[in-house]
Amino acid sequence: MTAVEAAAASGTETVDLGTTPLRELNRRLHALAREDGPRHWRVFNPDGAHAVACGLDADVEVEIEGHVGYYCAGMNKRATVRVHGNAGTGVAENLMSGLVVVDGSASQSAGATGRGGLLVVNGDAAARCGISMKGIDIVVRGSVGHMSAFMAQRGCLVVCGDAGDALGDSIYEAHLYVRGEVAGLGADCVEKELDERHLDELRALLRTAEIDDVDPASFRRYGSARNLYNFHLDHAGEY
Amino acid sequence: MPEQTAGWHPGLRESYLYDRNVIAEIQRAAREGIYDIRGFGAKRRLPHFDDLLLLGASISRYPLEGYRERCGTDVVLGTRYASKPLELEIPVTIAGMSFGALSAPAKEALGRGASEVGTATTSGDGGMTEEERRHSTTLVYQLLPSRYGMNPDDLRRADAVEVVVGQGAKPGGGGMLLGHKISDRVADMRDLPVGIDQRSACRHPDWTGPDDLEIKIHELREITEWEKPVFVKIGATRTYYDVQLAVKAGADVIVLDGMQGGTAATQDVFIEHAGIPTLPATRLAVDALQELDMHRKVQLIVSGGIRTGADVAKALALGADAVSIGTAALVAMGDNSPELEDEYRDLGSSAGYYDDWQAGRDPAGISTQEDVLAARLDPVLAGRRIANYLRVLTLEAQTLARACGKSHLHNLEPEDLVALTVEAAAMARVPLAGTDWIPGRNGS
Repeated sequence: MTAVEAAAASGTETVDLGTTPLRELNRRLHALAREDGPRHWRVFNPDGAHAVACGLDADVEVEIEGHVGYYCAGMNKRATVRVHGNAGTGVAENLMSGLVVVDGSASQSAGATGRGGLLVVNGDAAARCGISMKGIDIVVRGSVGHMSAFMAQRGCLVVCGDAGDALGDSIYEAHLYVRGEVAGLGADCVEKELDERHLDELRALLRTAEIDDVDPASFRRYGSARNLYNFHLDHAGEY
Repeated sequence: MPEQTAGWHPGLRESYLYDRNVIAEIQRAAREGIYDIRGFGAKRRLPHFDDLLLLGASISRYPLEGYRERCGTDVVLGTRYASKPLELEIPVTIAGMSFGALSAPAKEALGRGASEVGTATTSGDGGMTEEERRHSTTLVYQLLPSRYGMNPDDLRRADAVEVVVGQGAKPGGGGMLLGHKISDRVADMRDLPVGIDQRSACRHPDWTGPDDLEIKIHELREITEWEKPVFVKIGATRTYYDVQLAVKAGADVIVLDGMQGGTAATQDVFIEHAGIPTLPATRLAVDALQELDMHRKVQLIVSGGIRTGADVAKALALGADAVSIGTAALVAMGDNSPELEDEYRDLGSSAGYYDDWQAGRDPAGISTQEDVLAARLDPVLAGRRIANYLRVLTLEAQTLARACGKSHLHNLEPEDLVALTVEAAAMARVPLAGTDWIPGRNGS
């Protein structure tokens, strides 16, 4: 019995992208926003396909057994999407709500512009993780690349490893927590005090991300100096 | 005027290089230490559709009766991949202008006016407002680099999606909404604090280059069930290549914005010195589409300085499928009205010159977020003016098309055009009037 057959026999809705068009998968998942249907899905043989399980709007769990390409779970609402592999560019981009978990690593722009929900990357995330984030929470067990949290507006980025250069460049009101080294801070991003309120926030996020082997107190917090919120000639050299 | 100034005499000579505008700007820069930011579009003289003329019919061509015979104006946009392309009654749409840059009544009026005459309006940076959606029969939803207000629900209830890569007034530049226009509502829609200067990014956050764009468009199609046309909007610069790359990326429709296109707030130096005019850009875009055998299969919308039905007719004759208006639509609603002269004077401007759309103090109630000012604009009346203006553009274009013997605006063709200047002839690749000379063709 193959893995696909075994999953199907267990009562889980299974889709083999090796034989089923992506359009068919997404169409069926989208239909769950309007009608009843299976609430647990397993997707096999994604083979790096783009836009897998994007645009969902239903209380449904989708497990993807393998690597995905760009924009997996893009613009997701409510659904839980688990990638048992690596994810390409823009995983969970513009996430509205729900949960997206990547077991492996994520390419650039993970969680870009997300407005809610939680993205967990259990490996590393590449450049521009959390770029223009607008309320999403992102927890990365490993490290993030350069320009992460660029123009980050709201939400939290938690990095258990290191952060690349220009972290939080032109940041607004997002909260950044990094446990390891920060190669460099971007314009208007400064280190800030980690007080009890922030520790509570951090604990809750780590708990939700099922990360229980790191001490919240070992993180450092970064945020906006708010010097560039309104243009002032004296700050022109900082741009 | 110097003639009215005490002490003026005929021997005074103004420098061409350092005219009064240049001197005033140098002095302002020295005083304030920051570049000039303003709205409107390029104010310098540029080669434009005014430099072309249409050849009416005579003995060699047969005209249509101006007041009787039918001259079609409808256009379908998005026939390449979308299962629900836009079917518009006229080939003039309203360009993307944000709620934030414009007041809520202004956005509502644009929707009302466009809907009354069967055409589309477009959202803008900052997302879709309820007023706009409710009053727009056909609404194009923009996906911009900032993604302010972006959400899949609005994406699905839009009639088309427009991926904005650039804007004619500032190709390669991001946007700016100064703090005094950031009301509670605008801030909430954009997930940002009230009162801060909001920068809109110049690059998309999750794609880089044409190969990525192709995948991004694929995602948008998946989310919208392949129903909605996907437009790609570019500022006019390297137009030939950009159009070909947009086609390669899977665009249903190309929106091409020339450098005369308006803006709500951009550095003056950017507005006047970046990009290429709408006229040569249109020619380059049509060339690019024709070379790919995609002309009319991927539709082309041209914007940037469309003011009259003559502009509409000439753009279509060059090969555009439709045009789009922004600045002219604001003027139609009441921007720069002489009736507001006293108030413009109080702001240090004058009717016909007012371009401080970034400042949020617009006495016409259009480019403002102040409730008292915005309440001045009656969206029903302003919508009616938009509809009237769109009708006039259409009637004027039809008048010219019938005179050229065309039973549909889309039957206009480059062969119907001549140029008044060598520059325009070279850029539009139509003959200089009275000659068969197209500069640059066959090495001439």
